[in-house]
Amino acid sequence: MSFDAAYEALTDHDDDARWAYGTGFADPLAGVDTAVPAGVDRAELGAYCVMLGDDALIMSHRLQQWVTRSPELEDELAIANIGLDLLGQARLLLSRAAEVESAGRDEDALAYLRDEGDFRNVRLTERADPDFAHLIARLLAFATWRLALLDRLTASADPVLAAIAAKGVKEVTYHRDYAAQWVVRLGDGTDLSHERMQVAMDAIVPLLDELFVAHETELRLAEAGVAVDPSGLREEFDAVWAQVIEAATLRPASGHAPAPVVGAPADPAAGAVSPAVSQAAGSAAGGAAGPAAGGRHGVHTPAMAEILAELQGIARSLPGGAW
Amino acid sequence: MTRASATAVSGVAAGGVGCTAAVAVPSAREVAGRVADPELPMLTLADLGILRHVEETQDGVVVTITPTYSGCPAMDAIRDDLTAALRGAGYARVDVRTVLTPAWTTDWITVAGREKLAAAGISAPGPAPRRAGGPVPLTLGASRRSVPCPRCGHPGTEEIAAFSATACRALRRCPACREPFEHVKEI
Repeated sequence: MSFDAAYEALTDHDDDARWAYGTGFADPLAGVDTAVPAGVDRAELGAYCVMLGDDALIMSHRLQQWVTRSPELEDELAIANIGLDLLGQARLLLSRAAEVESAGRDEDALAYLRDEGDFRNVRLTERADPDFAHLIARLLAFATWRLALLDRLTASADPVLAAIAAKGVKEVTYHRDYAAQWVVRLGDGTDLSHERMQVAMDAIVPLLDELFVAHETELRLAEAGVAVDPSGLREEFDAVWAQVIEAATLRPASGHAPAPVVGAPADPAAGAVSPAVSQAAGSAAGGAAGPAAGGRHGVHTPAMAEILAELQGIARSLPGGAW
Repeated sequence: MTRASATAVSGVAAGGVGCTAAVAVPSAREVAGRVADPELPMLTLADLGILRHVEETQDGVVVTITPTYSGCPAMDAIRDDLTAALRGAGYARVDVRTVLTPAWTTDWITVAGREKLAAAGISAPGPAPRRAGGPVPLTLGASRRSVPCPRCGHPGTEEIAAFSATACRALRRCPACREPFEHVKEI
């Protein structure tokens, strides 16, 4: 029996055949009005959708790797569901990107056939998690940042991005709550869990600055009212991060000074200064390594090669294979 | 059924679609609305509130649905089920479209849908959270609201996990009757 025939036997209807590695499903944007607003550069809009789509795709892949490895069945389900939500967001965003760029690619081609340097995800999404505390700390950082971003994106001049964001806000709210509650449970738990949660939170801090450094595409599209300038998200991020750290009886990482939030609204000077300080810190950190060294420019950590080998291996070795 | 017999006459006019004269041809909206949700099969698509528009055209029907969650894996099955049901009812051309906005909310689950959920031992969602403005509030407590037990009515149930067999359900337990149950979480 040939390889192809073996697959054939598993397929009861012709129209049920799936691309073995792809979704093979209907375009998730099927029937959605996908006109691009006047004055918006299609190439830039496509590039921006790829950035946000890649963040979700790579984070989802890392979450999927926890399936069968979670500490309890309930967390297995939670992590799988969070990964599924993000995969859904990735499909919508990559479909939008494919359609806007009009280069004959679809969501599957973007996910499975691009090389590492063409991926635009932030590097926070790539890191492997050595234990559950590290996963939870990374998920808290990712969800807090993405929720702040998507919440602002609901006002995008691109109606498709605004609609994807509006759905995403509802989902990521639950993701952030899940991660935050675990940080509190472990941080405010036993001496051992407290210490391990502290180590995990500290380990995330060096990955945070990149989240708030804008790529030139993000800046130009933000000016056009389409995208969100990530440098404006730092204040909200720091406030949530500090709230969780405090509830978890953890200490802020040394060298990381979150914007003061308690009582800050009464002090206009503090309110005006802290975002500027945060931005300066972000630029300095970006500048040290060079802003072009980040994931938004296609520069990734060594972990990315391992992720793509797993994500794309079958797709590339069996092009067109169906089951 | 009651409605079908009350409009039995119309079945004659629309013969040739696999119906006898004694049975009415239901409207496309009725056919689409009766399709069961693949993951909560006690609910129809109409009960769940994801069926947004059904429009009969000259040669078929255009159905517009909205996903519950971005990653809902049932969307493809729902499209297939809708197409099969409507083709079976005689509509030659079935076009299933997606609409993303406004985003689905559990507030759209109908009263009948809530009763069916309760009958199946699944707690129906309360009102979806509304935000006045400002950043999305963080919830650090284990549970957002008081959810009564769908079996014994005890009001003080507790959340075991915010995610269950699907993204749209949470797992809870009742300290009175000691039964675990699923709750469709507010979104």
